[in-house]
Amino acid sequence: MHGYANPARFLKIARWFTMPLLVGGLLVTAAALVWGWTTAPPDRLMGDSVKILFVHLPAAWLGMGGWTAIAIASLVELVWRHPLAAISARAVAVPGAVFAFLCLASGSIWGRPTWGTWWVWDGRLTSMLVLLFLYLGYMALTNALAREGSSSRIAAIFGLVGAINVPIINRSVVWWNSLHQPPSITMGNSAIDPIYLYPLLASVLGFSLLFGGVVFARMRAILADAQAEARLRRKAQKAELAQATAGEA
Amino acid sequence: MTDSATKGLKPKHQRLVLLSLALVALIGAGLLAAWALRNQASYFYLPSEIIAEAPAPDQGVRLGGMVEMGSIEEQPDGTTIRFIVEDGTAKVPVSFTGIAPALFVEGSGVVAEGKMSADGVFVADNLLAKHDENYMPKELDGMTQEQVRKQVEATLE
Repeated sequence: MHGYANPARFLKIARWFTMPLLVGGLLVTAAALVWGWTTAPPDRLMGDSVKILFVHLPAAWLGMGGWTAIAIASLVELVWRHPLAAISARAVAVPGAVFAFLCLASGSIWGRPTWGTWWVWDGRLTSMLVLLFLYLGYMALTNALAREGSSSRIAAIFGLVGAINVPIINRSVVWWNSLHQPPSITMGNSAIDPIYLYPLLASVLGFSLLFGGVVFARMRAILADAQAEARLRRKAQKAELAQATAGEA
Repeated sequence: MTDSATKGLKPKHQRLVLLSLALVALIGAGLLAAWALRNQASYFYLPSEIIAEAPAPDQGVRLGGMVEMGSIEEQPDGTTIRFIVEDGTAKVPVSFTGIAPALFVEGSGVVAEGKMSADGVFVADNLLAKHDENYMPKELDGMTQEQVRKQVEATLE
């Protein structure tokens, strides 16, 4: 694992992966959505609004998966001090937050025609909103730490502590009575008719590839930022040194 | 932790042990909190819970369950409906005046917001339709309605 600790080595691989992931993700997502939206028949109760599922569920999974990744990266950073761990955690935060927001927004739009309300404070919706706020807080914290050049260890602790919310989101519909329905897809079991399920899984794959592509692109951007900053700092130091010696002379 | 206990450990492993302990404590705290919230965080009461522990007459509560088959009756005034919410063990009659959501149908889930009246009728001022976890096209509707209903009931238990 520490073989990739060298940013130059990592960048070589990341450069190769970013574009195929982004382009592939876009193509697969577009194909899955067209497939789902054109072939899926209306649901017996919800009618055509069932088609929001193809965006809502991948967004929900990736929103939660994103924080799981942040937690794992934080653990790796705290224990093994892997230099890329903090960068990858930071890179995951932005797409994670976007997907969490997409999940909330699509769910709200879906809730109005089906449940009869845009929003309720039940266990599932509330814990998902907390996840979005955790993402925003995490992004603010990592940005502040990076700007001040402080250690990212505080962010890693935040990432680990915030992870407690992920199983709560997952279990909320089982532990508590909620307006949101219980999970449709559990280990090896699906209450979703195959006619919806296959486009849905394709959409999950597409959005996941996109997620991966954005994470690689963000990691490269963060590394480039750090390099540029280091170069500027060296330049400034040199200039200062030159000034000091000129003043002495 | 004393020095002698950690002496044999590499710093990396020491961090791993410490962090694991912290994580276990954190997860334990989270589970305890969720356990303590198990009643308060529920979004609605089931009919059996409302009957066992009747709320005060002026207290707004939410009642959730299945709309009993064949129980929806339109009242003569044209805007009020009456129906029965059940959870398999208990039934509560509900009256509601207003526009019900599109998914409000017999044999499906519902959450009613309102108050329990003195005569045992739950007077709702808002209805929310609760969808179950099953997604299927209309074509399958007729033949599996009974099965679907059973599954929905199972999720409410």
